[in-house]
Amino acid sequence: MISIDLIEKTAGVLMDKAAVEIPQDYLDGLKAAANTEEGDLASFVLQAMLENYEVAKEDGRAMCGDTGTPRWYVKMSNTAQVEGGPIALEAALRRATANRTVGLPLRPNRVHPLWRTDHDNNVGIGAPEIEYGFEPTPEGEWIDLTTVHKGGLFGTDYRMLFPSDGIEGIKRFYLDSLVAFGKRGLACQPAIIGIGLGGCKDTCMVLGKRAACLRTVGSRNADPKIAELEDEMKELGNSIGMGAMGFVGKHMVIDCNIEVGYCHTGGMQMSVHAFCLSSRRAVARIWADGQIEYRTDPDWFTDYQRRETVEWDAPPSHAKSA
Amino acid sequence: MGRPAKPREISLSTTPTPDALAELQLGDIAYLDGLIYTAREGVYMRAIEQKAEIPLELPKQSATNFHCSPAASINEDGTFNMGAVTATASFRFAKWLSEWMDKSGAKIIIGKGGMTSELYKSIFVPHCAVYLSTVGYGTGALLGRGIKRVVDIHWEKEVGLAQAMWVIEAERMGPFIVASDLEGNCLFERENEKIAHGLDKIYEGTKPAVLKRFGETDDRKDEVIG
Repeated sequence: MISIDLIEKTAGVLMDKAAVEIPQDYLDGLKAAANTEEGDLASFVLQAMLENYEVAKEDGRAMCGDTGTPRWYVKMSNTAQVEGGPIALEAALRRATANRTVGLPLRPNRVHPLWRTDHDNNVGIGAPEIEYGFEPTPEGEWIDLTTVHKGGLFGTDYRMLFPSDGIEGIKRFYLDSLVAFGKRGLACQPAIIGIGLGGCKDTCMVLGKRAACLRTVGSRNADPKIAELEDEMKELGNSIGMGAMGFVGKHMVIDCNIEVGYCHTGGMQMSVHAFCLSSRRAVARIWADGQIEYRTDPDWFTDYQRRETVEWDAPPSHAKSA
Repeated sequence: MGRPAKPREISLSTTPTPDALAELQLGDIAYLDGLIYTAREGVYMRAIEQKAEIPLELPKQSATNFHCSPAASINEDGTFNMGAVTATASFRFAKWLSEWMDKSGAKIIIGKGGMTSELYKSIFVPHCAVYLSTVGYGTGALLGRGIKRVVDIHWEKEVGLAQAMWVIEAERMGPFIVASDLEGNCLFERENEKIAHGLDKIYEGTKPAVLKRFGETDDRKDEVIG
């Protein structure tokens, strides 16, 4: 049984960590970009961002004044039991979101879509989103909490493509999305670009968002051909000639991650998501014995999450992430 | 391109003289001193559409309007807790801006993404105002450091914390990038033009989607297929 108090306390720490500390993988990617950026203004912007991460950490203040839309990804081992059950878990995550919004402080972004009602705590109808995954790991009783504070306005799009659109159509929509949202830097690039292919419309969006937010810079899809496409798309995005803030430059994409799901035989749904210059994610694994391990890799897309068959026959390396 | 050149840095008052504004060139990096207030759609609607009285003496106290909602909260004792500040995209506020400048005398608008040169020429130039863009746009912590103190908050009950009118005292707050000048030239459009030259080549080997969307055509008789 995993302690509910420990869950709420850890969730609070994660809210702060996500808001204040840039994940190392993104930082390494951005530093590499900053070292090779040649555009005068784009280069100035990247240097300012690097300084901003330092200041955020030193001062313990949020990297970005726009909190985005904080959300939760919860993953549990097959044997995990939470004290008080799933209702208590959701209440704990909502409380942590509200408390740290006021405490850190974070910007209270979430309002009613029509009445603009603002509870000043980032909690409301359907907010924060809480999504779930499960792992068949035999390694005991644990729960992974991941919070992601992704920007909420620009850089994301969906399009219904068809098999006849092919790779040329995928590239067109990808470029259209980057060019449209990259101008004036609305996407807050350079970003981790997530692409969802297939699924249904809703799952296609979910896949792309998770590809952007739940995979790290430098990770590659387990399917070698998709991994190749990821490399190609990264290079394509960085060949546009556009850098940070839409200024002339050569770094638009810190990395490109693609996730796929089986779709309707006649379709090839596609979504594009941009996880910004403040790619805020923080993860913790809480064990039933009270042990907590903090990390920044959500390790979401395991072989199990990408399983293709009816039954799950765990390979020896099934817990390995991709 | 080669090694990037460093842009020029400038210090600017939040109640700037006409000369100080005339000095600004596209792409300069500005740091601000003085009082700044936040105002976005909530404040604009209340001040312009509902004709509520602006609770500050403008532009005497400040001629600098930040399109921003800070990451901030009000403590139980009435003091303020402000962390990071980041701009929000300004193009959405264009419809109120001319009237707002009439009312407030704002000379500097700070935000994300700027506006079109058309809007600069029709709204900013007649009001002798310029646009400064935040950097990144995520340099919230750096900008937060530039806040000497939070002076006041207005209309938080009426429009909520995120939309309220925060008044902050800036001390070498920045960096900001000069995105428009007194002639109404637009930094982002200048950059877009440079980038546009290479776009055709990048799009080679791609093709438009089989299923079109309205928006790609405004002809509602179009079947948007093929």
